[in-house]
Amino acid sequence: MVSKEEVKQTAEMCKLKLSQEETDIFIAMFSNVLEQVEKLNTVDTDGVEALNFLNLKEKSLREDIVEDSLNREEVLKNAPEQEYGYFKLLRVMD
Amino acid sequence: MDIVKLTAIEMREKLKNKEISSKEIVNAHFDRIEEIEGDLNSFITLTKEEALRAADRVDNKIKNGENLGILAGIPVGVKDNIITKDIRTTCGSKILENFIPPYEATVIEKIKNADGIILGKTNMDEFAASYSTETSYFGVTKNPIDRDRVPGGSSGGSTAAIKAGEVALALGSDTGGSNRQPASYCGVVGIKPTYGLVSRYGLISLANSLDQIGTFGRNVADAALMLEAIVGQDAKDPTSMDIEKVDYLGRLKEGIEGMKIALPKEYMSMDIDNRVKEQIMKSVKLLEKLGGEVEEVSLPHSEHAWSTYYLIVVSEISSNMARFDGIRYGYRTKDYETLDELYINSRTEGFGEEIKRSIIAGTYILSSKKGKEYYNKALKVRTLIKEDFDKVFEEYDIVLAPTTPNLPFKIGDSVKNPFEMYNSGIFNIPANLAGLCAISLPCGYVDGLPVGLQIMGDRFKELNILKAAYAFEEELSIGGER
Repeated sequence: MVSKEEVKQTAEMCKLKLSQEETDIFIAMFSNVLEQVEKLNTVDTDGVEALNFLNLKEKSLREDIVEDSLNREEVLKNAPEQEYGYFKLLRVMD
Repeated sequence: MDIVKLTAIEMREKLKNKEISSKEIVNAHFDRIEEIEGDLNSFITLTKEEALRAADRVDNKIKNGENLGILAGIPVGVKDNIITKDIRTTCGSKILENFIPPYEATVIEKIKNADGIILGKTNMDEFAASYSTETSYFGVTKNPIDRDRVPGGSSGGSTAAIKAGEVALALGSDTGGSNRQPASYCGVVGIKPTYGLVSRYGLISLANSLDQIGTFGRNVADAALMLEAIVGQDAKDPTSMDIEKVDYLGRLKEGIEGMKIALPKEYMSMDIDNRVKEQIMKSVKLLEKLGGEVEEVSLPHSEHAWSTYYLIVVSEISSNMARFDGIRYGYRTKDYETLDELYINSRTEGFGEEIKRSIIAGTYILSSKKGKEYYNKALKVRTLIKEDFDKVFEEYDIVLAPTTPNLPFKIGDSVKNPFEMYNSGIFNIPANLAGLCAISLPCGYVDGLPVGLQIMGDRFKELNILKAAYAFEEELSIGGER
C-alpha cells in the first residue's frame, strides 16, 4: 500500500501533477500491483546474476570517431520557442 | 481484380509483370482508406503525396528496366512511434502532436531502399504503453472484424489497417506483446523478432531492454518478407547484432518433419478462456500431424513473468519519459511562471492518464528503498526466466502458447477492468524478457472472433518459427488470402 503523501512526493519527483481522482485510481491500482509483486520474494535468487543487458557479452565497442550530427536549424524547428539559434527559456537572471 | 485483397508478394509480382503500376496500387489503397478510415481510425497521419511520388519513382524504375527492391510497390503502414524524417511522428501523444523529426529511423531507410511505399503513420496506445489502442490522443481504433471491439495494442492501428486492406504490410513495436496481441485480435500475422535482429535506431523508446520493432502481414510469407527487408546490424544501435542473413522466404517451405516442439505445462494451466484453449489444443494436434514432435515441458518461473516484467517496464518507462520536458521539442504549456511550472504543466497537460501512471509507478520503484529491492529482485528473476528458456531450447526448436488468454474485448471494457487487459499480454512478455523471437498467427475463430497461436523460437532462430507458422498456415489458412 502506498500513501497519498508518497504518491504526491513521487509525482513531484517526475514533474507531474495528479488530481485527487487520479491519485485515488493510482493508489487502488498500484496497491494491487505491489501485492502481486510481493510474490517475487518467494523466488530463490541466491547467487543469481541480474540481467541488465541481453546482448552486451557478445558485443565489441566501436571506435569513437567524430561524425556530422544533425543540422542545428532543422533541430530547432521543433522547439516550442527559439531565439538566436538557441532554445528559448525563461530569463533566470536580471 | 481487387488490388487491396492481393497479398504483398502478389502485388509485387503483378507490378514486375507490368499487370499493374505502382501508382494504381497506391490509389487503390487510398480509395479503400477513404471508404473505411472515417470509422476505423487506423491512421494518425496519411502521406498520400509522398506515397504517390514514391510510386512514380518505382514506375520509372520499371520503365527503365532498373532493378527493383524486395518491397517494390508494396503499401506499408508504419506505427507512429517510429521516426520518419519530415513526417509528423506523435507516439499517439499530445506531447508530440506537432513533432516533425529531423532524421530517419534505420528501418524506414531500409523500407525506402527496398522500394516500399509508406502510406502513413498508424495509430497506437500512447507511447506504446497499453494493450488496446484506446489510450491514443488521436482516438480509438476499431477492430475491423467487429467494430465494437478493440484491435488490441499497442500496435492496433497497424493490425487494423492490414486486416481492412488499407495497407498490405506494416511495422509495429513489441515491448510486452504489442505486436502479437493485436495481430491475434485482428486475425493477422505478427512477428516479434529476436532482441538485436532489427535496429531500434529511430524507435522512440518505451523500455529499451525489451523493445523490438516487428512486422505484420496478412499471411506468414508477407510478414516474413517485411522482416527480411528490415533486419541487420546498425552502427547507430549498439544492441543490434551482426547475424548472418537468412533467406527466410526461400526456406519457408522446408516443412517441420521431425521438428521438436515444446508445450509448457505452466502456460496451459494458467487462466485461459476455454474456447481459446480448445483452439490451441487443436493447433497442437495439427502441428503433430504435420510431422512435429510435441512434448510437454516445464518453464518453472512462468508465474513470475508478469511481476518481473511490470517492475522492469515501468522503471524504464519513467526514465525514458523524462526527456519530454517541453523545452527542446514537443508540447509546451502556456501556463507557467517558473521553470518548474513549465516542466510540470507541460508534462501534466501533455501526457495521458495511463502513461502518467506508469511514470509515477516507475519513479516510485526506482526511488524508494522497497521499490529498489523489488527492481533488483526482478532483474535476477529475469535471468531465471531466460535460463528456463535456454534449457528448453537445448532440446526443442520451438515453444507453443496461446498468443492471448482471451478474445478481443469490447471498446471501453479495459477501463472497467484494467487487470484483465494487462493479463492479455501474459503469454507474450516472456519472449521480451528473454529476448526471444516469436510469431502470432490466426489458428481459429470463436463466435466470429479470431484466436492467435503463438510460436516462440530461440534467439536469432527466426527460421524455425517461420517454417512452423508457414506449414501450419498452408494446412489451415484462415488468416488472410494466400
